[in-house]
Amino acid sequence: MTLDVREAAETREAPRPRREVTTAFVVSRIAVLAVTAAVLLYAAPPLVASRSWAALAVLAVTAAVLAFLYLTRRFIPAKYLIPGTVFLIAFQVFPVLYTVSTAFTNFGDGHRGDKASAITAIETGSVRQAPGSPEYSLTVALRDGEMVFLLVDPKTKQVSLGTGEGLTGLSGAQVGVTGKVLSAPGLTVLKAPEAAARAQEVSALAVPTRGGVIKANGLSRAVEGRAALTYDAACDCVKGEGDVWKADESQGYFVNAKGEHLAQGWQVNVGFANFARVLTNPTISGYFAGVFGWNLVFALASVAGTFALGMSVALALHHPRMRGTKAYRIALILPYAMPAFAMLLVWRDMFNRDFGLINQFFGLDVDWLGQPSTARLAVILVNLWLGFPYMFLVTTGALQAIPRELTEAASIDGATPWKAFRSVTLPLLLVALTPLLISSFAFNFNNFNAIALTTEGGPFPAESPQVGSTDLLITYTFRLAFGTGGAQFGFAAAISVFIFAIVAVISAVAFRRTRRQEEVYA
Amino acid sequence: MRMRALGVAALATLAFSATACGDNGTAQPSAAPSAASSGPASAPADKGNGKLVIWADPSRVTALKPFADQFGTENGVTVEVKEISKDNQQTFLTASQQGSGPDIMIGAHDWIGNLVQNGAIDPVTLTEEQKAAFPPIAIKAVTFDGQIYGAPYAVENVALIRNTKLVPDAPATFDEVVEKGKELKKAGKVKEVLCLPVTQKGDAYHVYPLFASAGGSLFGSTASGDPDPKKVLVGSPESIKAFGKLKDLGEKGDGALKTSITNENYIVNFAAGKCAFLVSGPWAMADVKKSGLSYDVTPVPAFKDGKPATPFVGVQTFFVASKGKSKALAQEFVANYVTNKDVAKALYDADPRPPALTAALQDVQASDPDAVKFMDAGKDGLPMPAIPEMQAIWEPFGIAETAVVKGGDADKAATAGQKAIDGSLKN
Repeated sequence: MTLDVREAAETREAPRPRREVTTAFVVSRIAVLAVTAAVLLYAAPPLVASRSWAALAVLAVTAAVLAFLYLTRRFIPAKYLIPGTVFLIAFQVFPVLYTVSTAFTNFGDGHRGDKASAITAIETGSVRQAPGSPEYSLTVALRDGEMVFLLVDPKTKQVSLGTGEGLTGLSGAQVGVTGKVLSAPGLTVLKAPEAAARAQEVSALAVPTRGGVIKANGLSRAVEGRAALTYDAACDCVKGEGDVWKADESQGYFVNAKGEHLAQGWQVNVGFANFARVLTNPTISGYFAGVFGWNLVFALASVAGTFALGMSVALALHHPRMRGTKAYRIALILPYAMPAFAMLLVWRDMFNRDFGLINQFFGLDVDWLGQPSTARLAVILVNLWLGFPYMFLVTTGALQAIPRELTEAASIDGATPWKAFRSVTLPLLLVALTPLLISSFAFNFNNFNAIALTTEGGPFPAESPQVGSTDLLITYTFRLAFGTGGAQFGFAAAISVFIFAIVAVISAVAFRRTRRQEEVYA
Repeated sequence: MRMRALGVAALATLAFSATACGDNGTAQPSAAPSAASSGPASAPADKGNGKLVIWADPSRVTALKPFADQFGTENGVTVEVKEISKDNQQTFLTASQQGSGPDIMIGAHDWIGNLVQNGAIDPVTLTEEQKAAFPPIAIKAVTFDGQIYGAPYAVENVALIRNTKLVPDAPATFDEVVEKGKELKKAGKVKEVLCLPVTQKGDAYHVYPLFASAGGSLFGSTASGDPDPKKVLVGSPESIKAFGKLKDLGEKGDGALKTSITNENYIVNFAAGKCAFLVSGPWAMADVKKSGLSYDVTPVPAFKDGKPATPFVGVQTFFVASKGKSKALAQEFVANYVTNKDVAKALYDADPRPPALTAALQDVQASDPDAVKFMDAGKDGLPMPAIPEMQAIWEPFGIAETAVVKGGDADKAATAGQKAIDGSLKN
């Protein structure tokens, strides 16, 4: 098969270019290639700056391959395949691989960076002003091109010279009213903008003193501080405050003898711990069956409901004697055209017991979103309203493709309209629409917004505040991963892998069944 | 032949458009080429000098701009105030981690715990004089683990706002509030006893003064007086009793707390005269004033024989980002500019939350007496716990609240809440 195609392509290719190289073709090709190359080249400087040589190599190879591919006359099929493949890799394969690799780490709040930045954070976070030390007013100056601090003690008005070596007295300096040094012998005093332009150097200069270091605090003040905690590379631990915290590479924390850890941690590989946590978490395992069951019901009811309603409306409008179909179509598309995000919030408020439109309109006193059964009914109704225009659109399209002769022939053969629909129209519709129904199922299975923006998973039974009656797998695992312990990306990624597996299995089974069905009808 | 010419033309275009693109780049106009030539190490270090980046939420960007420009002129630097409107804390953390974050971030003080554990902010040294310019509760709020982590600029907390036409005198106890509300409802003058958002998922923030007055508490305290994440007290006997009190006020009891009253409708309902009492903060005042009602703001009163009804106090804060590129400039701005009265007033004008700076608050008092009343209502309040563990409290607490408001068993709800919190904190 493949060989045939290639041969065909090559045989057809030979006479082609001469005919088809038009100005528009050349210009468009140059334009597209130029943009691609510009994008690729634009990515280079940051990669050089961050010394990501591997990424840079990938970038260079990609650029070379793309340029080569589109500047030769060969590899015609590849020219068509490459753009799709690039986007597939960038937007599908890479995110999936990244999610899976994240699932093996403890990436999340408290574990975002590497160990070095955790150590920096611990040390800077523990710097306290030395007790009794003056609030120096700071002037930045240069001595032979090297930056120095001129420090004025606000109480004694005494001027000291701070350098990387230490603090020494300085005489002969002229001090202004605000405590700024105006001039000093042998030094070039920097004005505010000049100092600001060297802000990096100002931050970096540390003047050692007996008790700690003097560092700039802004551009006009300097403070003598002391780090209460310091990292000791020899024991790979943090010492201070009469305690020792040893680095624990399995947790990504500095832990002391009592098992307490410092707040700042780093990202480490935790193996299958996140997956084990999903499987052993009592809240997940204890309620999984219930949530999964409701999740299936929700997705199935959403798909079946929207399809049934959308199709009925489409059939009604497809009838040849229907008048004013355009107006009806516009009206029916409206829910689809409005932002679902806002509409979900509007629906939530309409279901409010005391102030909602629905109770007021029907004269009811139902706590719609406050009871499990009514809340479930409500979210399915809302989802039906939001989803049926889509089904209406695709069915309308599919109906155009079914020749009217077929139904006419059926009616001539004596079939009732219902029979004709059941045996002719519906099967032909399903051939075209089943893949869409399956993807709609997959979408609704993970329809986070439909729940999070209406019931937020509730109502919650008092005895299990973590699992609500309308919670889907995605909303309740989202709560576990992000709601309570800050953002836990590693754990969330592990959950995504599980949910992906579930949806993939369901979809695969469904697609297999469809193929069989297609074979029957095709 | 023709194709080769084509290739050359294409390459030339490529090179041309690439350089053009580089020149238009917003972030690093000159740094990018020099990065390639002068060695990679110096490139990122150069970038920060002479530029200060501030991230603020939309309502504050315009107010900050003139002061940022002034700071820029005085110090010969460019200051960029960037608007950020969604998921501010997470956006800041992610951007910081990648090195594309700001030098100064504006946010609520209860982020501090999480920002510190992610190494995203640095302590700020304020002079004794600067510290004294703020009320003690504002300084207490931005102090975490013994260090000050930002400069406060606005303080907010809830208070009791009442319709003075319906209730001329401020009730002395919360029991009176409920009694008066019920009376008015019976007389048909209002529709609801009290406007306090409960929602289907609970709202720990608004109900906390009542919970505290009934004796409930969230955390025990450490030796230094900070909340102790190891001692969660949501399921303690005192808290169970407090949940019982909320149940008495709930739908099966007095009907003062109702799940149908939500964050979307509670202020609107008060403004429309549907209830005589509103528990809310300074953010409600725009709507309340627009409605033309006569109103007064008083502290949320305690229950009869109860503990003080302490509200949560939130403090809006300027943070110095650890991974910012112009730290010296950021420190200069936060320590010396945010503590400036004019800046505080301008921020107040843009978004009327009571300024933290005492001098600015006094200035504002003449035109807006409510600001001082809100400040008074919160002066004995509880700074919202800034420890990261607080995130584990909100939801289980809220769900327990909703359960008892709907008439559920207080013991069961509080115990289940405690269990859920302990589970996620692994206590």
